[in-house]
Formats: sequence, C-alpha cells, structure tokens
Amino acid sequence: MNKEKVIFAFFIVLAMTLNFGFFLGDIDNPAHHNIYEFFAAIAVSMVCTVLKFGDRTHLGALMLATSLVADLQLVIAAAIWGYAENVSMVGMTPEHMSSVVSLTGGALMANVISVVLLMVETIMVRR
Amino acid sequence: MMQNDAIYLLLRRLRMPLITLITVYTISILGFVLIPGMDDQGQPYRMSFFNAFYFVSFMGSTIGFGEIPYAFTAGQRMWAMVCIYGTVIAWLYGIGATLAALQEPVLSRVMRRRSFAARVRKIAQPFYLVCGHGVTGGIVVRSLSRRGLLCVVVDINDQRIDNLEMAGLELPVPGLVADASLPDVLDDAGLQHRHCIGVLALTNSDQVNLSIAIASKLLMPGRMVISRTESDITTANLQSFGTDLVVDPFRAYAEYLSLAAHAPYMHLVYDWLLNPVHRPLASTYQRTKGRWIICGHGRFGRALYREFNEDEVALTVVDPDASHLAHLPHLIEGVGTEARTLIEAGVGDAVGIIAGTGNDADNLSIMMTARELNPKLVTVVRQNIDANSLVFKNSRADFVMEPGRIIANRILAQIKTPLLPVFIEQALQHDDVWAHTLLNRMASISTDEELDSWSFTISEENTPALCTAIAEGMAPKLSLFLKDPRDRKRNLKAFPLLMRRQGELFMLPGELHSMQLGDEVLFCGLSKAFGRSQWTVNNYNVLQYVMTGEERSHNVLARLLDYYANRKK
Repeated sequence: MNKEKVIFAFFIVLAMTLNFGFFLGDIDNPAHHNIYEFFAAIAVSMVCTVLKFGDRTHLGALMLATSLVADLQLVIAAAIWGYAENVSMVGMTPEHMSSVVSLTGGALMANVISVVLLMVETIMVRR
Repeated sequence: MMQNDAIYLLLRRLRMPLITLITVYTISILGFVLIPGMDDQGQPYRMSFFNAFYFVSFMGSTIGFGEIPYAFTAGQRMWAMVCIYGTVIAWLYGIGATLAALQEPVLSRVMRRRSFAARVRKIAQPFYLVCGHGVTGGIVVRSLSRRGLLCVVVDINDQRIDNLEMAGLELPVPGLVADASLPDVLDDAGLQHRHCIGVLALTNSDQVNLSIAIASKLLMPGRMVISRTESDITTANLQSFGTDLVVDPFRAYAEYLSLAAHAPYMHLVYDWLLNPVHRPLASTYQRTKGRWIICGHGRFGRALYREFNEDEVALTVVDPDASHLAHLPHLIEGVGTEARTLIEAGVGDAVGIIAGTGNDADNLSIMMTARELNPKLVTVVRQNIDANSLVFKNSRADFVMEPGRIIANRILAQIKTPLLPVFIEQALQHDDVWAHTLLNRMASISTDEELDSWSFTISEENTPALCTAIAEGMAPKLSLFLKDPRDRKRNLKAFPLLMRRQGELFMLPGELHSMQLGDEVLFCGLSKAFGRSQWTVNNYNVLQYVMTGEERSHNVLARLLDYYANRKK
C-alpha cells in the first residue's frame, strides 16, 4: 500500500462525492443545497488540483485539466452565489440558485472524469 | 520535454505550500462563518461566507481593513488572533518555498538551457556549432565572428562559457554549459537547425568529439563536420563515416615543423596562407638542413619522429624512459634539461632542438641550456598550458608549438574556402625554388598584413554579373577580378592561386585565362581586395566599367539615348 496513493485517491473521490451531494436535490430550491457542503467541495477541489501538480505523464496532464475545469466551474458558481446574496439586493432567487447548481453539475462531470482517469491508471498499473 | 521540466519542477516544489495555504484559509473562513457574532443592534448574527472570505483575504495578506461588517465579539477576536498567525505563517512558508525553488541550481540550469535553446531556434542566419571553447575553439569563434559568421558554443566547463561573454566578440554568441556528447544537448544547440552550416568538434576528449561527429553525420548527413583528435584510431574512425576534416594537433604540428626543416620556403608559403601573423621572410635564411634533436618521445615526439623519418632528416631522440624505445637508432637516456645529456646527444653539431616534453618548465629549461651550448641552434618549444604564453612569448624560441593555434588555422582555412587546402596539397609537391618565386609574389602584396584567401565559383548565385556577361557572349578574363572597380588602371592587391575547371587543376593560372561557367578560382591577397572584387562580379555596371572603361548606367533613359546616338552615326 502506498500512502501517497491513498491520500491522492481519497481527495479525488471526496471532491466528487461532496460535489455530488451538493448537486442532489431540486435545482432551484435553496433548501436542498447546503452552503457548507458547497464550501467543502470548493476547498477539496482546490487541494485536488494542487495534488495533481507536477505529474509529467499524459494521464497526469489530463487529470490536472479536469481538476482545473472543476475549479473554474465551482469558483464561478461561488461568485454567482455571493453576487445573489450580497450584491443583487433581492437575495437568493430560484434563477440564481439553479444557475449555481447547474454549474456545480458541470463540475461534477469533470470530477467524474477525474475519477474515471484514476481508475484507468490503477487498472493499467495492475499492482 | 526539456522545455516543461522547469515548470514541473517548480509545481512539484510548490505542492506542499499551496495545500497548506488552502487548508489554513478554509479553516479560517469556516471558523468565522460558524462563530456567532453580534450586529450593531445587539442581535446575534452569523457572518456569511462572502464576508468571511473578504475578511480572511485582507487579514491573511496583513492589509487589515478592520472588523467588518460589525465590530467583532470576543469569540470572533480570539479566532481572528489564531487566524492571523496561521495565515501569516502559511504565506511566509509559501513565499519562502517559492524563492528557494527559484534559486535552486537545478532550476536555474534548466531555465538557462531553455533560454539558450530559444535563442538558437530564433537564429535566422547561417551559423557554426562549435563544441569546446578552449584555445582552438576560442580562436575559431573569434575569427569567425570577425568575418561576420555566427557561432553557437557548447562547453562542459562554465568558466570557458563565461570567457565567451568577456571576449568582446563582434557578434553575440549563445553559449551553453553542457556535455556536448549528449545528442539532446546538440539538438538544443541547433544541430538540426536549417541554418546550421557546420559542426566543429573541438573538445579535449576524443570520445566526445567522436560522438558529436557521429550524431551530426547521422542526423544531418550532408552537413560539414570538422573534428579534432589525438589518436590515430579515432582519426581512422572519424574518416570512416565521412567526417569532412580531421585534425590531429600533434601530427599537424609535426608536418608543419618537418616542412620547416626540409623545405623552408614552402613552409613559409604554408605559414603565410594559414597563419594571420606572418613570420618574416628573413627567418628562412637560417640553416635548417642537418641533424635534429628531439627531447621527449610522447605523442608529439612520436608524430615528429615519424614525419622527420619520412622526409629523411637525421634525428637523435632524448627520453628519460629508454627501455621501451630500444628500437630507435639514436637514443640518449635523460630529460635533456642538463648540459651533460645534451652534449651526449651532440648538441654542438645539430641544427635544431625540439623541446617536446609534457612539462612547460622542462621545455623552457631544455631550450635555454641548448642555446647556451650552441647559440646557432634552431629552437622549437612545445607549450602545454595556455596560461604560460607570456613566458613563451619572451623565450626567443624560433617556434613555439601551440597545438590549439595550429588546429584553429587549419580549420579556418577549411571554412574560408575548401579550395585552399587543395592548393596547399598541390603546392607541397613542387620544389622549394617554385615556393621561393611564389613567396616573392606574395611578399609584393603584403609583408605584415594578414593574407586572406577567398574563392569564387562562376555561377548565377555567386557571380551574377559575370554570368550575364558570359551569356552576352563576352569572354571575361581572370584579370577582371584583380582590377580596382574604382579605377581600372590600378590593380588590387591580390592574385589567383588556383583554378579548378571540371576537376582539372591549374596552379597559379595566368591572368589572361578566360573564364567559363562552373570554374572555381582561388585568390589570395588583402581582405580589402576581396571586398572590391565582390563588387565587380555582382554589379553589372561595375563589371562593364572594369572590362571596357565605359561608365554606363543601364536604365531605360540611358539606353534610349544610347540608341539614338548610335543611329545618328
């Protein structure tokens, strides 16, 4: 067992599960989408990105790319949330909520690809 | 692959600091969101993620706008204190790690390599790739850049690359500290660059030179490769796969000296054509025929012995280790620094002594002792270390053998024009009287100034104006090259050495020889004359003037006027 591999896989899978947990629920209902879960998803996703730094293989490059996509989507979602709550003066509306959730849905896709790549790598190594 | 190494290395080093930073920020923000606060009306409230992120961002960067949106409670202040230390330490760690990674020698080496490769890739003019910037490499690079030819230099020693920057060259020369025997280093240095016109392998190691030559011939079979070597095995090996020129410093110098001993005028012709600093004409009047003494039977001594033997010059060898040299006919045991050994070797009736040991101090001592015993002796000293040149310059020896300079001159001759080595090879078959005549002719052009040599091929791209003239049915003569385009009554300081027509060689062709397409002509003279004659062969109007003495301009108006003037007649 490789400690580094455990940590690596842990964070990648955690990023996906958190993202999925947040995504679950009605798309425009704020009550179904927990902000703490969202915060955790962003933080874990960023840690994932940093963990993927410096891998020179082709697979490593792909993983870094998916992670960057997830980060981008999540950060934009967070910006929309912040805008809705603090800048728009009307608070969180169903429209804002649905665009936040759909963006995290995109991030979820990127995280799923990331996990698939992780599995591919594991199968290829066969150890 | 190499290009990305630096970024990967940096990213890997930054993994830990970045994760620390993200973690510290996450915990701090979460803390502020969870800890209950109090608004201006005394009502309890929770900070939003938005405000928490804002607060932690300016706190972490030590900007500190104050407590927002309302004054903090004691609990929030406690957490803020923890966070201040946490974030500041995380930042310091992150910045420190970044700076340390940037200063690491591995990274800076990778960065230098990258910028070197980028510089080479951008070169848009013909250039030579020079591997090894020692004595030979230094002279070659300096001479080439004086001629306006760019070089790219690779050397394993960083001091020699530093010398490159301090040499004050006319052209900026990119240099890299790396092992030239590695093909990817050569590739970065432009081995496969389309403007690279030649590869010079001039390192001290035969093995490295060999791998450079092989890599070059494999990747770019048509490109010129010149290599230096010190052993016969490597020479044969290099020649087996078509290296264009292989120079062995010891053999080259042995041939040079042997020429001086048996054909002094020919030697001077050779010297004047290759060496920018001319030995005076009078230096040949010394007697050089007779018995020579060689001190030291190392690589240099062996090459000399072989060369002198071929030319049937009598020899006495002095060497401290006589046991393995028992087969030599005239052998004296000893270093040669003491008078006793030299007297035993017959210094009194010898014509010359060659101090060719591997030790500079010994060589100087041998020469001084020998001169004491026989002041008329011709002295040759081998200089091993470049730093000793001051002493050698003032030693008043007749010849100081510096292998580096010899090879450099040979290589430059090859680069200047490949016809020059052909001429020299042919010239060596003539006798010394022929050489004396040639020498007098050369002396009439220049005694002290460097004799340059150059060649023209009568072809569309090399001599366009001349080709037009031939196409128009004129028969330009060789003398055309030697007329001053400013005043055709005056001759340029140059003369033809060799003409090659369809493989046939004409030594010292007459100036009334008429020229055909495809002829190659080698000239020697002052480099000023080279520039002038280039004018003649490239500009049709100048050519017309030189041939006929009429200064005509060939625009439409001039032609029309010409036409009417002729009609009136």
